[in-house]
Amino acid sequence: MSHHLVEINHLQYTYPDGTSALRGVSFRITHGEAVAIIGANGAGKSTLLLQLNGCLLPQAGTVRIGDLPLNKETLSYVRRTVGMVFQDPDDQLFMPLVHDDVAFGPLNLGLPPEEVEERVVSALATVGALHLKDRPPYRLSGGEKRAVAIASVLSMSPSILVMDEPTSSLDPQTRRQLIQLLKTFNHTLIIATHDLDLVLDLCSRTIVMKEGLIVADGPTLEILQDEELLHSSGLEKPLRLQGCPVCQARSGPAG
Amino acid sequence: MHMADALISPAVGGAMWAATAGLTIYSAKKLKENVDEHIVPLMGVLGAFIFAAQMINFTIPATGSSGHLGGGMILAILLGPYAAFLVMASVLTIQALFFADGGLLALGCNIFNLGFFPCFIAYSFIYKKIVGEQPTRGRILLGAMVAAILGLQMGALGVVLETLFSGNSELPFSTFLLLMLPIHLGIGIIEGLVTAAVVTFVWKAHPEIVTLAPSSPAKAHSHKPLLIGLALFAVVAGGMLSWFASTHPDGLEWSIKGVSGKEELDAPQEGVHGAMAWIQEKLAFLPDYDFKKPEEAKEGMAGKEGEKASKGKEEESWPAVSAGKSLAGILGAALTLLMAGAIGFGLRRYYSHSKG
Amino acid sequence: MGHIESSLLNIGYLETLSYQQTPLHRLDPRVKLLTTLVFIVAVVSFGKYEITGLLPFIFYPVVLMAVGNLPPGYLAKKILLAAPFAFFIGIFNPLLDRAVLVHLGPIGISGGWVSFVSIMIRFTLTVSAALILIAGTGLNAVCLALEKMGAPRSFVTQLLFLYRYIFVLTDEALRLARARALRSFQGRGMGFKVFSSMIGQLLLRTLDRARRIHLAMLSRGFDGKIHLLRPLHLHGRDVAFFLGWSGLFVLMRWFNIPHLLGNTITELFR
Repeated sequence: MSHHLVEINHLQYTYPDGTSALRGVSFRITHGEAVAIIGANGAGKSTLLLQLNGCLLPQAGTVRIGDLPLNKETLSYVRRTVGMVFQDPDDQLFMPLVHDDVAFGPLNLGLPPEEVEERVVSALATVGALHLKDRPPYRLSGGEKRAVAIASVLSMSPSILVMDEPTSSLDPQTRRQLIQLLKTFNHTLIIATHDLDLVLDLCSRTIVMKEGLIVADGPTLEILQDEELLHSSGLEKPLRLQGCPVCQARSGPAG
Repeated sequence: MHMADALISPAVGGAMWAATAGLTIYSAKKLKENVDEHIVPLMGVLGAFIFAAQMINFTIPATGSSGHLGGGMILAILLGPYAAFLVMASVLTIQALFFADGGLLALGCNIFNLGFFPCFIAYSFIYKKIVGEQPTRGRILLGAMVAAILGLQMGALGVVLETLFSGNSELPFSTFLLLMLPIHLGIGIIEGLVTAAVVTFVWKAHPEIVTLAPSSPAKAHSHKPLLIGLALFAVVAGGMLSWFASTHPDGLEWSIKGVSGKEELDAPQEGVHGAMAWIQEKLAFLPDYDFKKPEEAKEGMAGKEGEKASKGKEEESWPAVSAGKSLAGILGAALTLLMAGAIGFGLRRYYSHSKG
Repeated sequence: MGHIESSLLNIGYLETLSYQQTPLHRLDPRVKLLTTLVFIVAVVSFGKYEITGLLPFIFYPVVLMAVGNLPPGYLAKKILLAAPFAFFIGIFNPLLDRAVLVHLGPIGISGGWVSFVSIMIRFTLTVSAALILIAGTGLNAVCLALEKMGAPRSFVTQLLFLYRYIFVLTDEALRLARARALRSFQGRGMGFKVFSSMIGQLLLRTLDRARRIHLAMLSRGFDGKIHLLRPLHLHGRDVAFFLGWSGLFVLMRWFNIPHLLGNTITELFR
């Protein structure tokens, strides 16, 4: 399953206004991995995500998705392989009805109507939102919007799922449901987030970014125990790891 | 300054609808040819912006009243005339449907007045000429002011002309014009100031946004065929429609007489009389109905309803509102409304029962 | 600010009404759109002094409100709110056209009042028809109908986008206006300068959002064309609805039904 592979080499990106957002980033993510990208505001996380499905094209360095390098010719293949869930579901759900939104991707792929319909139903069922099918997106709650936004990407059957702040502005229970849902996925998951508890629950590997560079890349538990690293990157040890006897017992062998 | 369905005649409404439909198709075609269709989502979102921005008010100094943004000029500056026209058309459509601003038949007039004039005329021939390719703060201010004021004056003139041609309002041309133009001068000044301020604000933050749209292919001279075509179309369509709708008093003739004073009553009477005669002709295949010959009907009723109809002497001048007729009319009207109410009530009961 | 909220709620409420499942809502949107247009043209095609001939047209909104389970009180309120422009133009008629046109016993009524009443009746009829169209169909279906009837695709698409983002952006505008109102005292800070930078801010945010939406569309394979997967089918009842009502409108336009009724009755009692 080589098309599940994400490989980034010395990637650089500077915005037209001169902000240098990525200053040489490299990593490799293999099939089925769940990886968190963490870092302070402005560390370059969002820019990195936009590179992964070609919303931005690399200025220097390379992005490889599966067997192919990302460039203008491979763009449509890359976008089919990498599903991107944006931070604000209102940006992602732009069609009149939930159904249309979930069908948007498959229709752009040129699939026949019956198959589009099948995919819409199965994607909505996966996120438990089939009953919202005929509702307009602005009539949904925050959690429902998020679920539908994920469905709108799942309907394109991507191998790699990229998410920007999936748990922002969700209430605790909805957040928990979302985490449970994501645990059932066997896609390669790449999540940029400030929610370090989510990282702890979901991702085995964590990449820490700071000022456009990767400052750490390793097993989540190890990184989230490293208070000095977290502090210098504008982050904080997750509450669950602070002074909890169970974690301390566990951190002995890990650290 | 939204035109209302109630004030326009089908001829005017139809002609303006046709003109607006033509402009919409033309703009959509131009958009496809010249501008990336990727702009379509941006257009929609900016339309929503105009909508949202219109809901924020500001206090007009020294008056205590409040103003808000019209939007046609800002859209034209950001998107170029074709896209801006389409967006204005949608904003007005939403207002017509959800807020009953104007109406569906008057929508053509409204899109023309508030979309065509600012986007195609004021923007292309005034704003762009003043601002040019190198905007400065002063030029943006001047261009936006002049363009917004003149655009709104043209729109107001449109409202006046459309109303007069429709012939439902008694307002003489000059009075109506004197009423509308100064009000819209005030609105235009405010619109110009807001447009200039917002455009300058955006220009300072993202200069590329404001300089982008004008360099999009909307060259002023390219409007010429459009304008000529539109003028021709308006003449032909207007002529055809008013010929078809000859049951109506000729609006222009009426307004001239109306301004001259005395003949206010005669002129519309002729028209309506003509209309009635025409309808009666149509009714000729139903000879049994007295409706066709008002004099007889009047005689029939005069005996019974003599006391109430005592003043019905001049009814010859307009048979349809003779005394006997008006009594019959009122009776019939009351019955009609009663029946409508009863049917509505009955249906409502029926459906609520069948549901529960 | 209350104004912003109420506008939003208004759109929301009309939209809620359009979700109902009634015989009216089940009709093809094209049929409802066309019938509404025929109705409006028939209503405005009457002469300026016509009153009685207009009244039978009230059947259309009354029946549709009943069948479509639409609240008459709410629609009446919306009609009243929209009335000022027609009212202010129309109210000049009684002042300018004073010649007596109708005699009711000792009272002479001037042509101006007759035409003013006529304007207000037209207004009520046309506006209620438009509101019923939207409350009984919903904007998305109206857009679909427009597209099927040949309106340019780019126009329809951006109309849909506009409608989708009205809710989002109005909410944003509401937050801005609230933040301003909370910090302005005795009307200070509500002036032009603050206003224009607020609108500017809102515009910048909007452009930002438009960019993000565009990215989200690109990520899902948007190539400049939006596919709408929703076929419309005309059924017998749709055709019947259109022909039936249009036929009735033509009849009501040709024959002054209240007059015929009134005549028949006065004849009977003679």
